Amino acid sequence: MADLSINFLGIKSPNPFWLASGPPTDKKINVLRAFEAGWGGVVWKTIGAPVRNVSSRYSSLNYSGRKIAGINNIELISDRPVEINLAEIKEVLKLFPDRAMVVSLMADNHRESWHDLVKRTQDTGAHGLELNFGCPHGMVERGMGAAVGQDPEIARMIVEWVMEVAEIPVITKLTPNVHSVVPVGRAVAEAGSGGISLINTIQSVTGIDLETLVPNPGVSGCSTFGGYCGPAVKPVALKFLTTLAQDPVTSHLPLSGIGGISTWRDAVEFFLLGASSVQICTAAMLGGFRIIEDLCEGLDDWMNEKGYQQISDFRGLSVPKITRWEELNLNYKVVASINQDLCIHCGLCYITCEDTSHQAIVLEKGLPYNTYNIKEEDCVGCNLCKIVCPASGCISMIER
Amino acid sequence: MSVQSHRLSKEELSRNFSDINPPFRCADAAIMEASRCLNCYDAPCARFCPTHIDIPKFIRQIVTGNIKGSARTVFTSNILGLACSKVCPVERLCEGVCVHQLQKERPVPIARLQRFSTEKALKEKWNLFNPNSFIDKKVAVVGSGPAGLACAHSLAVQGVRVTIFEKEKRPGGLLTYGIAAYKVTPESCRDEVDYILSVGGIGLQLGKELGRDFFLEDLTAGFDAVFLSIGLGKTRPLGIPGEHLDGVIDAIGFISRIRTGEFSKVPVGNKVVVIGMGMTAIDAATQARRLGADEVTLVYRRSVQEKPCSDRELNLARLDGCRVQWLASPREILGKEGKVTSLICDRIKLEDQDDDNRPKPVITGETFSIEADMVIKATGQVPYTDWIGKSSLQNIHGRILTGPGFETSIPGVFAGGDVVNGGKEVVHAVQHGKEAAMTILTYLKKN
Repeated sequence: MADLSINFLGIKSPNPFWLASGPPTDKKINVLRAFEAGWGGVVWKTIGAPVRNVSSRYSSLNYSGRKIAGINNIELISDRPVEINLAEIKEVLKLFPDRAMVVSLMADNHRESWHDLVKRTQDTGAHGLELNFGCPHGMVERGMGAAVGQDPEIARMIVEWVMEVAEIPVITKLTPNVHSVVPVGRAVAEAGSGGISLINTIQSVTGIDLETLVPNPGVSGCSTFGGYCGPAVKPVALKFLTTLAQDPVTSHLPLSGIGGISTWRDAVEFFLLGASSVQICTAAMLGGFRIIEDLCEGLDDWMNEKGYQQISDFRGLSVPKITRWEELNLNYKVVASINQDLCIHCGLCYITCEDTSHQAIVLEKGLPYNTYNIKEEDCVGCNLCKIVCPASGCISMIER
Repeated sequence: MSVQSHRLSKEELSRNFSDINPPFRCADAAIMEASRCLNCYDAPCARFCPTHIDIPKFIRQIVTGNIKGSARTVFTSNILGLACSKVCPVERLCEGVCVHQLQKERPVPIARLQRFSTEKALKEKWNLFNPNSFIDKKVAVVGSGPAGLACAHSLAVQGVRVTIFEKEKRPGGLLTYGIAAYKVTPESCRDEVDYILSVGGIGLQLGKELGRDFFLEDLTAGFDAVFLSIGLGKTRPLGIPGEHLDGVIDAIGFISRIRTGEFSKVPVGNKVVVIGMGMTAIDAATQARRLGADEVTLVYRRSVQEKPCSDRELNLARLDGCRVQWLASPREILGKEGKVTSLICDRIKLEDQDDDNRPKPVITGETFSIEADMVIKATGQVPYTDWIGKSSLQNIHGRILTGPGFETSIPGVFAGGDVVNGGKEVVHAVQHGKEAAMTILTYLKKN
């Protein structure tokens, strides 16, 4: 058995899977259920400035008959009083002292407000703080959330305020609603933030109700830009994570990966691109806390197969494998190859290549099944046929 | 032992005759199955559909939420798309070549998906066709079965005025009268016919029989063209002693009675023998069981490999508790006081192929007897030889001979469906009607 435990800035956790700040970590009852199910830690849903939430909060993007490629929300930070949250955090800490308890914070832009919130939170015995500089809706308009995370100087200032009083590890959570996360990442690192977590949700419109013409989720005839998350955002999250893992300043900080992680495979990818812990919200919201079982088992089995004892053994191993385009080997050449024994004759490789690529597949009529062959001299090795092929192993790309 | 009605309670009958392949309950269920479709290019399913429905397209339209478009895609190729979704032997056609099976996975349920779209079209009364404005041409269609309806609809869409003559009281032909009630109900047939006729420009004259109420000459004189889709006539006689006995009936009449009256009022035997192994034989056998017959035995002179019905149909009969006597040929029907008591069969062995490339059944000399109070003949229908034989239509034993465009030997007279192919699936008849309409249109424009 591999050792799945992690030590993130001194915050210990029996496994690297934390529930991200969000609806699943809003209350004691949810968090207790999560810990009973086996989650390694939680980031308690953001507390701080008083808010009121709307009714009708989530909407999803369905794709090609599959539900929920992504989901967005227009929910704000916790709408329950800070003191109730803090009392519950204290109780949970007593019941599950071995799990990571990080508390997400968002105060208005005053030094005293941050000082007060940080002090009250660390009085609970929580193990760490996560500064929410990422919420893309509702709080931005009041100069909080992503408004902070989009401006390196404001972000630096607030982290400095926090560090003046923080006695426990501080992680800063960044917004992806920027061209690059590196400037803000550097600013918060220089200001003393111990770690960085990313990404928060992406501003989005998931769709429109074509009957009423109201975008989703509709609130009494209108909607607003929501925060997009779920499987669809993973590629964006991995890209932003990589830029921090490759930056000379931010790469020294432990990074907590967030964004579309649904499976142990996704988690491994985040570790390989430099994350030291991962946070999950949407996948749990769509399947319940029980998904932790396969997250741990899948990770453990993979690590055992690869011979890794702990997560640090393979953390960041793929970071140097992402280079600038111009450093790629232009002499590398692959061509597609179809294994006729595995072909199910759907013709998708043919029609996609014929219509949209390089006309490198030949159709030979048959009844009822046509046969498809690669014209190697015309194949540029674009991978499209392999991507659309529904028969596992049928099309492979061969080095020439 | 006796032939009697009211064998089962109303509740039992209504359960036995409920829809055997219920529709999807909701759009999400249909979408989940529809999204299994790989959207094949030059799709084998579409190529194997006799009406060439663009199956990947109509299924994808279910996924995109364009149910109206999906129904239009089906109906454009096959205006009886709803009926076909219930009666087509799809495991031999579209679903039989679904590529999923090459990975030993179940095919996409094409028929159920087709039913999903087309049933909605009927329910919502979607007007999916914009007929051309009327051209000054009239066509008579004789017979309102699948071929006639398909032809009439295609012509009406092109602006031709059509009159359909139907000898029965209800339209639909074999669809209404000749298919098991658990597959299509008389009501659904009526709805489908109404939907087809709603395109406009089609008149329907019921209870009008060719050769009795009017003659071909009347039609050629009164219309610019004629389409004969009269189907087939009575069941082929067995030609064995005892065929006249009480309790010997033909399958088409039996099925028709189930379709037109109350189930409880249809008389059925206690021990029933069905002769034949086609789709009609299965429909008769299963429905005899479902009406309450204790024992139903299907008798077929060849073996399971040669059976004309599909595997699914045979399994259905077996699941209904029907027994099968392979390699048995009826020799004589015995009776007492004019009523059937048993069927004597010759045991058969199969020898080298005959003219149809099928093994030839040969009598072994051994005989056996099956106790029976009802014998249902399902040995295929014979053409209307009387009428067709006397006409100047070129034919072979009553099967009208046509050219590639379904033109007969009489100019302006076209024919299609069972009367031409000798009896095939509904879907083949639809294709005949559709293709004939195109030739008729060309003919009308020339003349």
